[in-house]
Amino acid sequence: MKVGAWRAFVLIVYRELCLSFRRPEHLFQPLVFFLIVTTLFPLGLSLQLSQLRDIAPGVLWVAALLSSLLSLDSLFKSDADDGTLEQLALSGQGLTLIVVAKTCAHWLLTGLALVVVSPIVAIALGIPTAAFATMMMSLALGTLTLSWLGAIGAGLTIGLRRGNVLLSLIVLPLATPLLIFGAAATERAISGTSAVGALYFLAALCVFTCTLAPFAATAALRITLE
Amino acid sequence: MWTWFYKLASPPYVYGVAAALMPWLLGTAALAMVYGLIAGLAFAPPDYQQGDAFRMIYVHVPAAIMSLSVYMVMATASAVALIWRIKVGHAVAAASAPIGASFALLALVTGSLWGRPMWGTYWAWDPRLTSELILLFIYVGVMSLRSAFEDHARGDRAAALLAVVGVVNVPIVHFSVVWWNSLHQGATIVKLGAPSMPGSMLWPLLSMWLGFMLFYGAVLCTRVQAEVLNRERQAAWVREAIKS
Amino acid sequence: MTSGFWSMGGYARYVWPCFGFAGLVLGWNLWAARRLLMGARMRAARALAMAGDAR
Repeated sequence: MKVGAWRAFVLIVYRELCLSFRRPEHLFQPLVFFLIVTTLFPLGLSLQLSQLRDIAPGVLWVAALLSSLLSLDSLFKSDADDGTLEQLALSGQGLTLIVVAKTCAHWLLTGLALVVVSPIVAIALGIPTAAFATMMMSLALGTLTLSWLGAIGAGLTIGLRRGNVLLSLIVLPLATPLLIFGAAATERAISGTSAVGALYFLAALCVFTCTLAPFAATAALRITLE
Repeated sequence: MWTWFYKLASPPYVYGVAAALMPWLLGTAALAMVYGLIAGLAFAPPDYQQGDAFRMIYVHVPAAIMSLSVYMVMATASAVALIWRIKVGHAVAAASAPIGASFALLALVTGSLWGRPMWGTYWAWDPRLTSELILLFIYVGVMSLRSAFEDHARGDRAAALLAVVGVVNVPIVHFSVVWWNSLHQGATIVKLGAPSMPGSMLWPLLSMWLGFMLFYGAVLCTRVQAEVLNRERQAAWVREAIKS
Repeated sequence: MTSGFWSMGGYARYVWPCFGFAGLVLGWNLWAARRLLMGARMRAARALAMAGDAR
């Protein structure tokens, strides 16, 4: 029975979502980490809320980056461990489709969740509500790009000892433009100037990555699996 | 003519060529650098703005240019190795990475020492400095990834993929001074039109650049010999090669 | 000229460490590459010797 490409994509995304909801702690851990890390900064710096506003975009984005990195490790690991990944690779659907499906599911579960939780964190950091829309838009674009960069890194580091450290070492330098433009967009929104330029740049980075990363991630998986 | 090209894919040929070339490359590198240093340090006139501090250009700029060039060599060798499965490509990439990383570090440190008297600070989060730092991190990532695998062939391929992915950073470093308002000086040599530097300052700089390039070639030859040996230990040609 | 040369117009404490570090980096490159090659040749010789003994 030949399954069509679109149906296969939907099935894999659905499978990822089901598996994650069976272990809700895996979903909540990155979000809780995000909340905790953002609280560390005000506590460590003991600033007034109005002063926090100045560092808020950077803190928000660094915390989002770090908590996304935490969840990237699980993108391929559990499937690689029990052999499901090889079965999927042999299924005839094409490894690229599988990679795209798994990464989309990963973004829905982590990146989108981060975007939804961000207003809470924003309030804790003193970001004005007027800036929320830009902030959430920038986070949505940034986390999607990050999921794809992470897919490349995760594909390269499956099954390595100290894989997570290496994953961070690989992904973070490539993610610095995201950090710079994401924080800039949020910062402009806070100060009231137009964030459109920075958002366009983020969107461009996102499109660039989403177009090319699937092939790099597939190549990475082929290297690790063969 | 193309047979020469095919020969480059052969490990024993590359080993022999590298062994033979290395002393010549090192010798000419030394000559170019001696001239560059003497002419640059003693004979080039002091800059009217920066005084004698500008002389740091004679190590900073060659190191920075080479950090990018070596990355391109590494990325190209990696791509060749991945696409056509030519193992010599992995040897060249593995050999180039530490050299390129050391050049990137040299560029950052010499730039920092130059920045202190000129800009008043050892560091600035400026597009060019930041992207060069990221280049250093990517080099380190490639080297770490290669050494993390127990299966060396797999490690080579993974590091090669990462090197190719990281190549996006190279144009960012080069064009950062054009695309953004940067503290760092814009292009003075590699640009359209005549270089905006007088000859007495320019020639030693070009000589140092050439010297660094030849030096990279010499060190690459030695490292490639080692990398090829490590990947081909049991092959028949090795017996003859290491006797010499 | 000699006194001006060493003081580098007052910038000596930046210029000379700069060149010094450059020398260090270039020197390290030569030394590390040499060491790598020596090690590789030794390991290859040992591997061949062991293979020779096995026969």
